[in-house]
Amino acid sequence: MSRPPIPIRARIGGRAGLVAQILLLGAVVLLLAWLARNAAANIAARGLASGYDFLGRSAGFDISQHLIAYAPEDTYWRVFLVGAVNTLLVSVLGIVSATALGVLVGVMRVSRNWIARTVATVYVEVVRNIPLPIQILVWYSLMLIAPPPRAALKLGDHIALSNRGLYLPWPQPSTQWLYTLAWIAVSVAAGAVLERWLDRQSRISGVARSFWPGWMLTIIGTAFALTVADNPESWSFPRFHGFDFEGGLVLAPALVALWAALTFYTAGFIGEVVRGGIVAVAPGQGEAARSLGLSDGQALRLVILPQAFRVIVPPLASQYLNLVKNSSLAVIIGYPDLVATFGGTVLNQTGQAIECLSLVMAFYLAVSLTISVLMNAWNARTAAWSAR
Amino acid sequence: MSAAMRPPPRRTALQWARTNLFATPLDAGLTVILSLGAAWLAWSLIDWAVLQATFTGESRSACKGSGACWALVTARWPQLFTGFYPEGHRWRVAAATLLLLMAAAPFAMRHAKAWTYLLAPAGIVLAFMVMGGAHVLPGVPSEYWGGVFLNLLIGVTGAIFALPIGVLLALGRRSNLPIVKALSVGFIEIVRGVPLITLLFMASVMLPLFMPTGVTLSRLMRALVVITLFEAAYMAEGVRGGLQATPDGQREAAKALGLGPVRTTLLVVLPQALRIAIPALVNSFIGLFKDTTLVFVIGLLEVTGVARQALADYAWQGKDVEAFAFIAAVFWVVCFAMSRFAAALERAPKVKPVQEPA
Repeated sequence: MSRPPIPIRARIGGRAGLVAQILLLGAVVLLLAWLARNAAANIAARGLASGYDFLGRSAGFDISQHLIAYAPEDTYWRVFLVGAVNTLLVSVLGIVSATALGVLVGVMRVSRNWIARTVATVYVEVVRNIPLPIQILVWYSLMLIAPPPRAALKLGDHIALSNRGLYLPWPQPSTQWLYTLAWIAVSVAAGAVLERWLDRQSRISGVARSFWPGWMLTIIGTAFALTVADNPESWSFPRFHGFDFEGGLVLAPALVALWAALTFYTAGFIGEVVRGGIVAVAPGQGEAARSLGLSDGQALRLVILPQAFRVIVPPLASQYLNLVKNSSLAVIIGYPDLVATFGGTVLNQTGQAIECLSLVMAFYLAVSLTISVLMNAWNARTAAWSAR
Repeated sequence: MSAAMRPPPRRTALQWARTNLFATPLDAGLTVILSLGAAWLAWSLIDWAVLQATFTGESRSACKGSGACWALVTARWPQLFTGFYPEGHRWRVAAATLLLLMAAAPFAMRHAKAWTYLLAPAGIVLAFMVMGGAHVLPGVPSEYWGGVFLNLLIGVTGAIFALPIGVLLALGRRSNLPIVKALSVGFIEIVRGVPLITLLFMASVMLPLFMPTGVTLSRLMRALVVITLFEAAYMAEGVRGGLQATPDGQREAAKALGLGPVRTTLLVVLPQALRIAIPALVNSFIGLFKDTTLVFVIGLLEVTGVARQALADYAWQGKDVEAFAFIAAVFWVVCFAMSRFAAALERAPKVKPVQEPA
């Protein structure tokens, strides 16, 4: 169903179109030139430096959280990397938790159960209609009035929450982890191979197969590996000592607040995306699957979900992108993300606004581009599947 | 009589509960757990916000008990809504609010007369004049404007000036002319690809660099320029959806009637496309209105900025949760109402039925 090709004359809009376009381009170029001239004059008048040479200079300030090694003597370029990693950290954490909660909310929205439906609807209407900056500030204020470490809220033996942050167990570097990881990798591979083999057998024989065996193998194998690894040698657990907790991993209050706000806010939107995807599958599809003798689970897995996924993935990708962009609100509560470090402190120190902000924007554009390229590839693959 | 023709049997409350609450044992368990959880949450919230709460006081020392302390909100009530506008002149804020709402009203209606749209920019200019003084009333510089009013001002102004730009961008994006198309796509994708906060920083630190020497814009104006362009990129996508949904036959019919491309677009395609796009545009406005709570980062005293300033005061230290919960409630009421409204528009018939002459 391809459109007839547009004749070349229409494409450039005839002579009038060509002239209009050249005029428009000229106007845009003139505008940019005028802005550049103003900027050059202003920069010279204020005695500001220009160019990206400052990236090699030492930053001289500390950053409270860094996943990659950082010291105040490091360069501004290093600050950019630390900020970018912090942005990606909170984005990945948020995407994982918001997806989990969002899928739950979306499924509850179409549940047969009235209470489940209502709770999910109220949730969605509340989180979507309150500005995210306000939600971040509320979560941050709640973190600050949380009990002090000695009265920390405990979840089980190894997780605690206080006004200094969220304390989690963290793996200790040890050779035992190599065995654990290898064991997990083998379980995943064995599960995948078994699944594929069962799939092939069922396609050849035409006999329906059960869903579980392969993935059960993976789950049991992984659980076994983690149980064996659950000992004080391989994990560092947070322990209260003196005035604060020691050991384990501490997530600063700003990170916890930002993570919570991004999760609860985005989950409301993802819930609607998931609901939309499920509703979009024609009810006849499920009924037809049932009348062909598929079980409820098989109908869901083989007929409804694959079709729902096609509808869900594009808007889901754009929600992920929104989450990454929204993580820049970190600056209002002082989480050192890219905008707060590079667009904030570095910009103030160097005064090179154009250079700093252009780098920050380039980072977000690169992330946007990556997500949309991945999404297009995914779309092409699903289109190929459905054509098969 | 076949089963389909028989009227459905009347369902009792018990039957309803059977299918909707206790269909299976799993369902019954879910119902019990969720209702207990929801009831506990609702009760704790009411207990904290109303039953155990303190409502008035001059500082945080007036706060008693374990509940919320709304004294900050009641003590700073006028500032939260009007900022630091001079006390005797608050009627001007009320008048400007009215003007803004009147300017925005036609955009929310499906069948408003065309000339009412043209009055919108006039309404906004008038609102700015009432607020600023315009040499008739005592002058009040924009540094003193604030509170929820400033959120409304930025939201409505940004949206109304963004709409024509958004329409042009959407038409440009669908144009056959390669340069027009490339410029439109480039602008839309770049603006939509970066967070608003980076654009606001741009407004605050970069825009002054790009102005000719000697020209300075107020903080508010700089924010408005950037927010209008930001919103235009988002509205362009809404309008594009409307353009795509307009049947091709309409364009062809207009061409067959002898209309040129300009008149086809203005008289036939755009009126239909915009009508289809209204729910998307209202939703985009809700997004913009929520985003206005962010402009405090560049020093504008909208409601979050007012609250943060109050919280920096020793008298109110530590009452953050109440202050932000109040703002959340205000925004929730406004945004929820608007989203219901957009949903109702989406369900309404798309085109006004033609009245047959009697």
